[in-house]
Amino acid sequence: MSQVPIDEAARRDEPPSRPPGSGAAATVQHRADLAAVRVAGGRWQDDVRAVTMVWRRELIRFSRNRLRIITSLVQPILFLFVLGTGLSSLMGRGLGAGGSDFKTFMFPGVVAMTVLFTAIFSSVSIVWDREFGFLREMLVAPVRRGALVVGKCAGGATVATIQALIMLALAGLVHVPYAPSLIFSLVGEMVLAAVMITALGTALASRMAQVESFQVVMQFVVLPLFFLSGALFPLRSLPTWLAVLTKFDPLAYVVDPMRREVFDHVRAAPAVRTLFAGGVTWNGWNVPIGVELGLTAALAALFLGIAIYAFGKTD
Amino acid sequence: MALAHLRYPGTVPSATGRREAPRASARRNGAKGTESATAIEARDLVRRFGTLDAVRGVSFEVAQGETFGFLGPNGAGKSTTISMLCTLLTPTSGIARVAGYDVVADRAEVRKRIGLVFQDTTLDDYLTAQENLRFHAELYGVPRSQTGPRIDDVLEMVGLVDRRASLVRTFSGGMKRRLEIARGLLHSPRVLFLDEPTVGLDPQTRTHIWGYIDELRQREAITIFLTTHYMDEAEHCDRIAIMDGGQIVVEDTPERLKASVGRDRVQISTADDEAAICALEERFGLDAAMSEGMVAFYVAHGEVFVPRLFAELGVAIKSVSIARPTLDDVFMNYTGRTIRDAEASGSERMASSPWMRARRR
Ligand SMILES: Nc1ncnc2c1ncn2[C@@H]1O[C@H](COP(=O)(O)OP(=O)(O)OP(=O)(O)O)[C@@H](O)[C@H]1O
Ligand SMILES: [Mg+2]
Repeated sequence: MSQVPIDEAARRDEPPSRPPGSGAAATVQHRADLAAVRVAGGRWQDDVRAVTMVWRRELIRFSRNRLRIITSLVQPILFLFVLGTGLSSLMGRGLGAGGSDFKTFMFPGVVAMTVLFTAIFSSVSIVWDREFGFLREMLVAPVRRGALVVGKCAGGATVATIQALIMLALAGLVHVPYAPSLIFSLVGEMVLAAVMITALGTALASRMAQVESFQVVMQFVVLPLFFLSGALFPLRSLPTWLAVLTKFDPLAYVVDPMRREVFDHVRAAPAVRTLFAGGVTWNGWNVPIGVELGLTAALAALFLGIAIYAFGKTD
Repeated sequence: MALAHLRYPGTVPSATGRREAPRASARRNGAKGTESATAIEARDLVRRFGTLDAVRGVSFEVAQGETFGFLGPNGAGKSTTISMLCTLLTPTSGIARVAGYDVVADRAEVRKRIGLVFQDTTLDDYLTAQENLRFHAELYGVPRSQTGPRIDDVLEMVGLVDRRASLVRTFSGGMKRRLEIARGLLHSPRVLFLDEPTVGLDPQTRTHIWGYIDELRQREAITIFLTTHYMDEAEHCDRIAIMDGGQIVVEDTPERLKASVGRDRVQISTADDEAAICALEERFGLDAAMSEGMVAFYVAHGEVFVPRLFAELGVAIKSVSIARPTLDDVFMNYTGRTIRDAEASGSERMASSPWMRARRR
């Protein structure tokens, strides 16, 4: 009944200066609906929903991009099986009994590398979001910026962990046993590393305006992190300048526990083990795994804090 | 018709069903304490980028339920003003309130109550239409039970129901725009900001989009603030402000603005055009000239003048046409240039000094 006059109003050729909102009946009726949709906002449930949705978007985009999943596995596989095999034959012998060789040594490094590259790529995708405008849709929403950052980091970390899990599945090919305790702790360390690196990438991305800056991050952050982490060579018996640099690489404190745990599960001569998985030392002190992981967690929290702060500042 | 679906199941229709001024309903909301009858209020808004004054002291008010348009050439400062009203840019000086909240002090409150369609698209191309809307609903805290129906409703309104599962990447420009408008409405905002809703679209799609906007303002108590540099589109607004060089040059209803230009353009074809021109000069004091094969002149209230013309001209008239002033004439009248000239010199003008700008007026 109340519809009729409105439809007429809509059809009538009214002068442009007609009083605003001629469909007054609909106006009144609709008011109730508008109020129904509006929510209080600012509650923790709203933040949880925002975090979950941003996280889900990352996963949706990841699952849609099969090509990216495959291509980002190519590099670690090349490192592990081509470079690893090459270096193994250069050394001329295995690391010990049980068929383990240099590939066994490289395996945790390559898993960490997968985490590193995937996590950085996921988080720096914020720059693409900015370029294509979607970041604005997120930033203008009535949610805390922190929720957006946490969601983004959770998404990037999840994606990086999934990619690294695929690499982890290849453990058997390099004589690393599928011992549940080993797999369990490796996965835990992968997740921790993924969170730390995604947070770092997000913090960097908060200040990047152009897609081109991604190259800068690649060259000045990702590659140094990778090369100094001990992913490809043992950190023992390095010249001092290099040894010092490696101690400042956060990734070293992720690769090291992973490697020590792998060597706990393969048979290797004690001398080989000390050389290849001797652990990081600070001034002669062998840093325990617990401290290394605690340090990684602390860095993750620090980077996350920086990222949240930086995004709180962007307009 | 489609907008009728925006209603939720179980809504009680208005008990009175009678027509009510939008201001009255706004005032009723005002009783709740958060809203006022003024949807947007800007006082001396200024925004400077370095040495460039993008917006130079803009003041205006938009009532609830009103459709208000900013009309101006490229670089006039329209998007900058919108960004300030949407809390995306902090004003260099001046104050603005949207839906009753200060855009600087109460950002979050403003954001909850506004819908935005930016000049450039802000959709995620790798998500489907539905997923884009879902994302928005979650971030704006649309109650879970209503998210599904509400998404259906807005998709239906913009005619994208059958493409809901397609990736946005596969959408045409017009479809993306419609999806963005749908998204802007998803959380039932009080004020909808549309920055050049039809820019870059073909005329047919533009008409389409204006169809949605017109329908929207007929049926929802929503306040619409839009910008355009198409003169014909400004006609859809209840009120427009012509913006040029970071300032509002004039502000009124399109009808009154055109009336303020004062004169209609009359064209007649006669048995003897020469004689007609002379007669117009002698008897009415009008300066007529040949234009497009007809005798053309300007006169106030053309429709009143024409009957006199037939009676007193003394030359047989074969046909008459009267053209009301267009907004192009209005723009010309207030800025001394056509909007196309303004666009052409836009970049150079913005960089020029106030002195230069003053001289050009
Ligand atoms: N972030 C910015 N930094 C520097 N200058 C800016 C920025 N944003 C806008 N401007 C300048 O401010 C002026 C007004 O720009 P604005 O985008 O508001 O114009 P507009 O009226 O929306 O034009 P258009 O019709 O082209 O969208 C322009 O000269 C522009 O170059
Ligand atoms: Mg603009």
